Amino acid sequence: MPVTVTEDWLNACAGCEISILNIGDPLLEILPQLEFVHMTALVDHKLHGQLGEKTEMDVPEAVVAIVTGGIRNAEQKHELEEIRKRSKILIALGSCAAYGGIPAHANMWKNEEVFDKVFRHCTSTDPASDPLDPNIPPWTPSCVALDEVVKVDITIPGCPPHPDWIVEALSALLSGGSSWSLPERSVCDTCPVIREQKSGGGGAVKRCFENLEFNPEEGLNKMRCINEQDVLCLGPVTLAGCAGKSGAPRCIQARTPCRGCFGPIRKGARPMVDMMGSLTSVGLDPKTVVDRRAIMNRYIGGHGFLTPLPARPAR
Amino acid sequence: MGNVINIQPVTRIEGHARVAIHLDDTGNVADARLHVQTLRGFEKFCEGRPAEEMPRIVCHICGICPWAHHLASSKAGDAVFGVTPPPAAVKLRRLMQNIAYVSDKILNFYFLAGPDFVIGPDADYSVRNVIGIVNAAPDIAKQVVHMRHLGARLLEGFAGRAIHPTFSLPGGVSKPMTETERQEMLPSARELLEFSKFTLQFAKENVFPKYMEAIKNIGVIKVGYLGTVSADGALDFYDGNLRMMQPDGSYEDFTYDQYLDYIGEHVESWSYQKFPYAKRWGQTLSLDVAKPDGVYRANTLARINVADKMATPMAQAELEEFRAAFGRPAHYTLLYHYARLIELLQCAEQTVELLEDPEITSREVRAKIAPRAGRGVGCVEAPRGTLIHDYETDGDGLITKVNMIVGSTHNNAAMNLSVKQAATTFIKDGKYDQGILNRVEMAIRAYDP
Repeated sequence: MPVTVTEDWLNACAGCEISILNIGDPLLEILPQLEFVHMTALVDHKLHGQLGEKTEMDVPEAVVAIVTGGIRNAEQKHELEEIRKRSKILIALGSCAAYGGIPAHANMWKNEEVFDKVFRHCTSTDPASDPLDPNIPPWTPSCVALDEVVKVDITIPGCPPHPDWIVEALSALLSGGSSWSLPERSVCDTCPVIREQKSGGGGAVKRCFENLEFNPEEGLNKMRCINEQDVLCLGPVTLAGCAGKSGAPRCIQARTPCRGCFGPIRKGARPMVDMMGSLTSVGLDPKTVVDRRAIMNRYIGGHGFLTPLPARPAR
Repeated sequence: MGNVINIQPVTRIEGHARVAIHLDDTGNVADARLHVQTLRGFEKFCEGRPAEEMPRIVCHICGICPWAHHLASSKAGDAVFGVTPPPAAVKLRRLMQNIAYVSDKILNFYFLAGPDFVIGPDADYSVRNVIGIVNAAPDIAKQVVHMRHLGARLLEGFAGRAIHPTFSLPGGVSKPMTETERQEMLPSARELLEFSKFTLQFAKENVFPKYMEAIKNIGVIKVGYLGTVSADGALDFYDGNLRMMQPDGSYEDFTYDQYLDYIGEHVESWSYQKFPYAKRWGQTLSLDVAKPDGVYRANTLARINVADKMATPMAQAELEEFRAAFGRPAHYTLLYHYARLIELLQCAEQTVELLEDPEITSREVRAKIAPRAGRGVGCVEAPRGTLIHDYETDGDGLITKVNMIVGSTHNNAAMNLSVKQAATTFIKDGKYDQGILNRVEMAIRAYDP
């Protein structure tokens, strides 16, 4: 008997769904074991009846629910609550579902400031009042992670999450398990670069105005640590696993710094505080990091990490 | 007031939308609207971010077309900082874009829109999907999964990430390609080209002929078109002039920084998605199916219509065949699917061409940048249409202002017209069924990536 699954994207970009499709060959082995009772991305099941006749949302019962994206509006919140009621195991897939993700940057402003910009101050837009028609759902007070609204059973973080972990977590459930989590290791624990525990330059953190120093013919194990090249890399405070079960961290493979897409190493961590400590320990001045608050909380703006700043006196 | 049919959610598209079809007392369509239900606010929350970080922030706008946003943003950054990326950097950006688009177009044809044609528009919803395809055509499904995986491996193997990349930055790209990498990627690129050829042939022989009636009926509207052409008038996904075509086929070319003279965006209270319109034509937007004003379309069919020719030989031969059958501009909405496959061929041919060019391995891949106050408009053709990123920075190179018009937004007015056209055509005297409602959604799926 296949396991029933509800999958839906809420405040999401579809990258997590593409990651599911990027599972590759194992996908064809897993698919027959799953019965998608709802999946907006791929299956034509409707939440308001197949003939569009229902006035209330009707979420089907399922053993497993996979939800991507955070919560940004009243309808997403309602759907998440309905999904929770009607499924046994809820998986938060991806960093928007787990931490709020990139869209939680909006939490740095009041909602009315965002709407004012989008509908009245975009250069090509004919200024208009906010769309308030009852056919479109109003924003929630902020952009939040799923576990700020309902109980989440399993979190598969990442932006996007690696297919290896999606397969592993689903396989664990299919063989009767009810939990799964990534081991608590940092990106640095899986990164092969050379570390000397001190920065190469002095004091100030550099922006990405030029490429890192490395020989393209040589592996990452011959490249100096990015923080030690004086460029901010969030590896020390970020959960490992972005490259799946094997391989060096994805952004480092691209010879670019980590920006923390897998989120904090453990629940309750304070990545910004820890990162500032980490920079200090190699002799860099954390106060020189430009746009520090946003860059160090890039994927984790839910859970109160990003909030509107008190108004500052004009410069 | 009659009944409302609430198609929610619209499925097998990328995005969050519902369709409300309002019936009058006789059961005929009084109005039909596509309500786009989500708004994230990127244009606001990018303010204050360092401009060089933008390509790796805005790629998150779309998980299906992250490379398009990544590259448009990099180009806006090139302009903001006033630098020209070295030739090899441009070639590497184009290479990644083409590989990403090949994967994307294969996904759309077989797994998103495909079930409507391969399984059939009236099939039960429980089988009209990717799993239905896996059961009906297991060998093809296996190949599709393999090819998509191959594309993702090519992107990841070289650029670290297939989804939400970090490889391109203002000034160029983060790393050069080695000769070994080039040699290793070529056989996979050739495999993608073979499969692309197969796909177009398969569609022309087994899919499109069966649906000529549907093509002539579903979502048909007559409006203008927008796309990008290179200096010689060929379809170009990465760079060139923008070309805006009127419904009668006459057109004007303009540069990226002139876009505000050509395009305005209108807001309706019932959708978070704005309605771009052809401001240049001096018309205000009208969503009347019989006489639409100011409406143009972007995405595959639009590009095929505005381009004088394709950029590669096999794709050009296909375009000639297409034009002989449907003319220029071709207006049938479902032809987006046909046009998508001609583009697939160009992307696959260009992938091989770029990898066969030894200059792609040059070590010069990044111009050094320095913070300055500036403005830059960067555009590429995203799978869903022309993508416009317009940034302003302060003296520290921090973003002060962002304006973006993304691919799917260009088609908002057109999608609403097509939905209304399809609903009005198929729903009569209160009679409709699941197959009919699916045809309304097919009018939307045509505009997908």
